[in-house]
Order: sequence, then structure tokens, then C-alpha cells
Amino acid sequence: MNWLPPNGALHGLAIDHLLRWNLTVLFWLFVAAQALLVAALVRRWVSRGEGHAVQHRSGAAFFFADLLPLAAITALYIWMMFASHKLWAASRESVESPQAVQVEVTGEQFEWYFRYPGADGVFGATRADLINAPQGNPLGLDPADAHAADDIVSAILVLPAGRPVDVTLRSIDVIHGFAIPGMRLKQDAIPGMTGHLQFTPAVPGDYPILCTQVCGLGHARMQARLRVVAPGEYERWLTARESALKAEAAR
Amino acid sequence: MSAAIPVRVRRPLASRVFTSCHRDLAILWLLLALAAVILGTLLSLAIRIHRVWPMLPFPFYGVPTPEQYLAGVTMHGTLMIFFVLTVVPQAAFPNLVLPAQIGASRMAFPRLNAAAFWIGFASFLALIAAFFVPQGAPIGGWTAYPPFSEIAAAGPGQGAGMDLWLVSILLFCAASLAAAFNFLVTILARRAQGMTLGRMPLTVWSWLVSSALTVIAFSALLAAAFMLLADRHFGTGFFLPAGEVVNGIRQRDPAAPGSPMLWLHLFWFFGHPEVYISILPGMGLASSLIANFTRRPVPGYRFMVTATTLIGFLGLGVWGHHIFVSGMNPYAGTAFGLTTIAIAVPSSAEVLTWLAMLFRGRIRLTTPMLFTLGFISFFIAGGLTGPVLAQPALDAYLHNTFFVVAHFHLVMAMAGVFSVFAGIYYWYPLLTGRRMNEVLGNLHFWISLIAAYGTFFPMHFAGLAGEPRHYAQLSGPVESFASLIPVEKGITFSALLLAAAQLIFLFNVFRSARHGIAAGENPWRATTLEWSPNAHPIIESGPYVYGPGVASQDDFRPQWAFAEHRNGSPGECSPPLKQE
Repeated sequence: MNWLPPNGALHGLAIDHLLRWNLTVLFWLFVAAQALLVAALVRRWVSRGEGHAVQHRSGAAFFFADLLPLAAITALYIWMMFASHKLWAASRESVESPQAVQVEVTGEQFEWYFRYPGADGVFGATRADLINAPQGNPLGLDPADAHAADDIVSAILVLPAGRPVDVTLRSIDVIHGFAIPGMRLKQDAIPGMTGHLQFTPAVPGDYPILCTQVCGLGHARMQARLRVVAPGEYERWLTARESALKAEAAR
Repeated sequence: MSAAIPVRVRRPLASRVFTSCHRDLAILWLLLALAAVILGTLLSLAIRIHRVWPMLPFPFYGVPTPEQYLAGVTMHGTLMIFFVLTVVPQAAFPNLVLPAQIGASRMAFPRLNAAAFWIGFASFLALIAAFFVPQGAPIGGWTAYPPFSEIAAAGPGQGAGMDLWLVSILLFCAASLAAAFNFLVTILARRAQGMTLGRMPLTVWSWLVSSALTVIAFSALLAAAFMLLADRHFGTGFFLPAGEVVNGIRQRDPAAPGSPMLWLHLFWFFGHPEVYISILPGMGLASSLIANFTRRPVPGYRFMVTATTLIGFLGLGVWGHHIFVSGMNPYAGTAFGLTTIAIAVPSSAEVLTWLAMLFRGRIRLTTPMLFTLGFISFFIAGGLTGPVLAQPALDAYLHNTFFVVAHFHLVMAMAGVFSVFAGIYYWYPLLTGRRMNEVLGNLHFWISLIAAYGTFFPMHFAGLAGEPRHYAQLSGPVESFASLIPVEKGITFSALLLAAAQLIFLFNVFRSARHGIAAGENPWRATTLEWSPNAHPIIESGPYVYGPGVASQDDFRPQWAFAEHRNGSPGECSPPLKQE
């Protein structure tokens, strides 16, 4: 189980625990079933005699060989489902927290862009016909919208540790898979739809962001970085980006 | 066995190719699958080699580009899933034995059945043609998610290559539907006197269920492929949202915006039942072969029929587990998780029955039996990760990683091909009058078993490490999976060994046709009707009457109690073998 990358998210501990528990139980079921197959072979080599009298399957034999293990396995499956549903409900069916950091993630062949709403706390409008990455407007921010002026667009995702994050997920061309293995997080960015993800980064550090839905010839290099920092450092980074934006606008 | 060796009846090649005889069509389907599996395997080896030695040039080709890698992955998946794992269990095998197993002298619609093959052949040609058009084959994976598959500018291969891929899929749908209609009607309407539903072998039950699934599932794919073609060429916009900008170029908005999610639902409404279409016949065959090679009846025959039918029925309601993280309502995720767990129950029931069957009587370890044991082993190995992936919370980490690749290659691909091998070793005497060599068969089995586990089991670990599918290289600008290189190399070496072991099989197939030992009339002393000496039997017993004392002189009672001869009619096969 040390195969998993280090977990940095609040909900990740429970996911890892559940996954470990699942894989352990199923691994031993796998071993037991394969052992039965081997035992059937060995038994054949050990007992050379021809079979006994015809065995019509009695009700009791059927019960013990089939129905009892089947009931046990079914109970196990149901237990798994309940255990994991709690985690799924917590991560996907909850209402967003008012304190959450708002960030919009946009996928585009073969880049991830991260947008912060800026001081006004509102994401400005975007228009598809304004999208022009070479001229510095990869998301098509609309200059006619006052909310757009202070929006920060970044190629790196910086987040404060310990605060919930509300991710708005978009794509402007094809389906991309937004995945942060270190945050135990994955959700597709579907063009024409707005997705949402919530999580709380807990452990400061750098985490790779991947694309996990094949999106074109650059799919394997469509990667970005999540940097989880202390809250103070996050504020400093945000302020620096804001003043850089103002300086650029003044020019 | 010292039976006289029957010889193949010599017939002109044209009469064996342009035929409506189901047994000849089975051979044509098998040859088509052989071509597909050779190409699909070579592609997979190229994929494996490129992953671990990304700078290594291929002879006469050079170093593959990322788009060539993705085209290879796409074509590998398409060839294997459609032209191997669907064609053999759901077209070749039923043509080979289905009519015989129900005591029918011919299919219900022999010409439709023949047309199915030729449409399938055309579909194969269209797919292969995609390699040879400008920019080559499509690169979006066998699932072809739009808008990537919809907009030619989205990547190389998404233009003419993608069109050919879609035409191929449309043709394949037509072929599968025609074949499945024919099998359904044949099973329901052409059973011999005495062949009640309750006396059908479990293989026939499987074909009944998988043919019904084919009719339902391939209809959805047919519609989806047609809609995507219409989107591409007539601007219908079923799957295209407004505001698309691809490669910096604003795409024209459709009159009414559509959604890629529609394709995801339609595709997986086909895609998941497809798994059962390709594996249910193998499950039926496993039950039959274990009964034969342990000389004991199938316990709980009705229980197995119920489980098979339930798997088919539930299989239509689990497609959502492929799109837990694709923007589906999270409550729907929970619902699809539950249906997926539900389908694990009848599947587990069949496995438990097989395991119980192995402990009665003495197993005769013939090559078909070995491959059946291999089938069960892989079905368990791949099946057990199903309940993990059925949990949306865990799938959100594992989705589209190599964990999923390991899962479906074990449960669908390896279990699927091992049951195909079991079927070929088992039914080979029907076509040649000879048995395949057992020593070579054993060698083929053990090397394949070990190499298949060596190839696909370690993929679980790569998946747990988070490695996504469809990566042309292990290391990107931010994330490097370079620490997985030793594991990946092991996988590649295993894959090479696995492919090499298949040469033993091919050698055996061709050598045994001339030099195999004579099989005699009923080499496995089987009860089912494909081994009946005559095409017009009367049936008086169930399919699995095995065990000491069930017949006056032997430990089995064939289903054919009495056989009378009648002259052939159109659409019937002439006997392939004659005694000399």
C-alpha cells in the first residue's frame, strides 16, 4: 500500500483507510479462491481412484457450498458500499462552505488554467470569441465586465492549508480529466458544463495535477502543479499577483 | 484411441467462402479474429515497448510520436474488444456449435447469418483503412468521447481516421445485430423435438442472454455512432456544446447546443453490456467443460440459468459506473454503485458453483480443462477488483488509472481469451477429426497463465501509484512515474513472453490438423449434441447427465437418444468429415 502517493487532503485519510481495508479483504479472498483452484488440482494428483457413487446435490450440500459463502460475500459487498457511501456523500453531496476559497479550473489542450475571483470575490464574465491564449487571454475574460478586471489567471494552483476549497471546473475544447492524486481527487472537465469539487488541502507541499482523460497528442504532458502553503503565505502570493495585475493594467 | 481418422471433405474454396453454412462461417469468423488478434497483439507490444524505452526506434518506422502511440492504443482496444472478444464468443463459436447443440440442422436465417459475416468483414477493412489515410488512425481511445471525436481539428487522426473508425463501428453494429437476431430466433424457434428450454446446455443459455444483450446494447451504439457521424458532417450538434474553441479557433455553435454527456451515457449503455456479451458464453462453456471433465452434472442447473439471466438483466443497468467522475449527479453515482454491487452477486454465485464442482469427481486435466481453470482464475482475479471500482468514493481515485486497465484486462481480456482457447481446444475435433497436441497445449497454458499474471497483475500497483492510462510517456513536465520503470519493464517482458507463447498455439493448430491423434466420434465423451453423429436427433435428457451409473454401460448419457437421417435442405451444412 506504499504505492499510493503521500496524501495531503483532509478527506484523503479516510479514502486511504477504506481503500487499504478493501484491498486487504479482497486480496485474501483472491488468495483463498486461487488456493481452492490449486487444491482441486492437487487433489486430483493425490487421489488416483475413480469417483465415488453419483452425488445428487442435496439441499444441505448446496446450502453450504454455494448459498452460505454467497450470503457472506454479499454481506461484505453491502458493507463496502455503505462504508464508501459515507465518504462519497461527504465529498460530493455536501453544500459548499461560505469560507471556501473560490477557484476556477479550466482545461484546454494541453494546459490547466486557474482563476481566482480577485478582491471583488466574483468571477468576471468570459466569452468564447475572446479566447486568445497567444495574446494573454486564454479564458476569454470580457473587458466589458467590471468583475473581470481583477480576476487572477495563474498557471499554478496555490491554495492555503486548512481551508475548504470550492473548485469550479470547466473546459473550453474537449473533455479533460482534472486529477490531483495527492489530494485523492478526480473529476472530468466537460465542455458546456460547469463541474464542482470540494476539498480541504491539509498538508503543505507540492502536488502534481494531471489530465486523466485522453484529450489529444499532448495528453501526457498536460500537467500542472498544486502548491499548498500556509495561510499567510497564500495571502502574500495573492496580494503579489493582484498588484502585478494592477501594474500591468496601469501600463 | 484407435478410431479411423476421418478426412476433411474436399470442397472448392469458393464454396467454403461464399457460403451460408454456419460451420463454414464459424471458420471465416475465426480467421477474421485471428487477423485482428495478431494485429492487436503487435500493437500492444509496440505500446509496451514504447512505454519503457520511449527513445527506441522501431525497425523501418522510427520513434513513435505521441499521436502514433495513442492511435496504437485506440486501434488495439477497438480490434481486441470488437473483432476478438466479441467475434469469437458471440459469432464464431455460436456458428460452430449453436445449431448442433439444440439439434437444429441449420440457422433460422442462414443468409442473414452469412450477410453478418460479410458486413463484419467490411467493418474490419474500414477499421484497417484508418491506418492508411492522411494523419492516420484516431487517437481518442476506443470510447471516442466527443467533442474530441467530433472536431477534426482537435488532433491528428480525428479527421478521416475517425470517420473510418465510425463507419467501421456502424458496420460492426449492423453485423452484430444481424447475427444476434439470427441466434435468438434460432434458439427460440429451431430447437429439435425434446430440446426444451430446461434441457439447453448452459452455453446456449448464455448465447440466448448475450444475443438479447447484443440486440439492446449494439442498438444504442448504432444510434450513438450515427449521431456522431451526423454531428461531424451535418452539424446536428447532438454532442457539441456552444462556445467551443479548439486549437484557438472558435467553432461554429450548433443551432441547439448538445452535450458530450449524451455520448457518454449512450456509449456506456452499450459498453458495459458488451463486457457480458463477450464473457457470458465463456461462463456457459466453463460450466459445461467442468461437468464434462469431472464427469459430474452441473449442480443447480436452474440456479446457473437464473444467475446468467440476472447478470444479463442487471448488466443493462450499471453503465453509470464508468462515468462516476464525469459530471454525473452524485446521487446517480450511488445508485449505479448499488446496481454494480448487485451484479457481483450472481457473478460470485457462478464462481462458487464452479469451485464446488471442482471438488466432486476427479478432474481430467486435458488442455480445454486447464484453460477453463485459467478462465476461472482470471475471472476471480479481475472480478474481485470490480466491487472496489464500484464504489464512487474509491473510483474517484482509481478511475482511468492502470488499476482499471489491470481490472478489465484480467476479467474481460484474459478470462475471455482463456475461454476462447478452452473452446478451440475442445471443439477442434469437430472440424478436423483430430485432437490438438496435449503436450504443446499444456506448455501453451502454463506459459500463458504465468505471463498473463506477470503482465496484468503488476498494473494494479502502477494504478495505485496514480499512473493514468493513455500516457505516451511515463514522465511529464510535473509528475514523473519514473520510479515505476522497473515494474513497467517487468510488465513489458511478461507481455513479450505472453505473445511468444501464442506461437506454440498457432503451431499446434496447424500441425495437429495433419498430425493430431484421431479423435473418434465423441472424443470427450460429452453429452451435448454437437458431438452427435447425426444432425437430426431426438432429445430425451438434460445436458449434463454425467456420473457413474447414469447409463447402463458408461458414466454419461448423451442427449441424443435416437437419430434418424434426412436429406439436407438449403442452408444446412454438408458433413465436414467423412469416415474412410
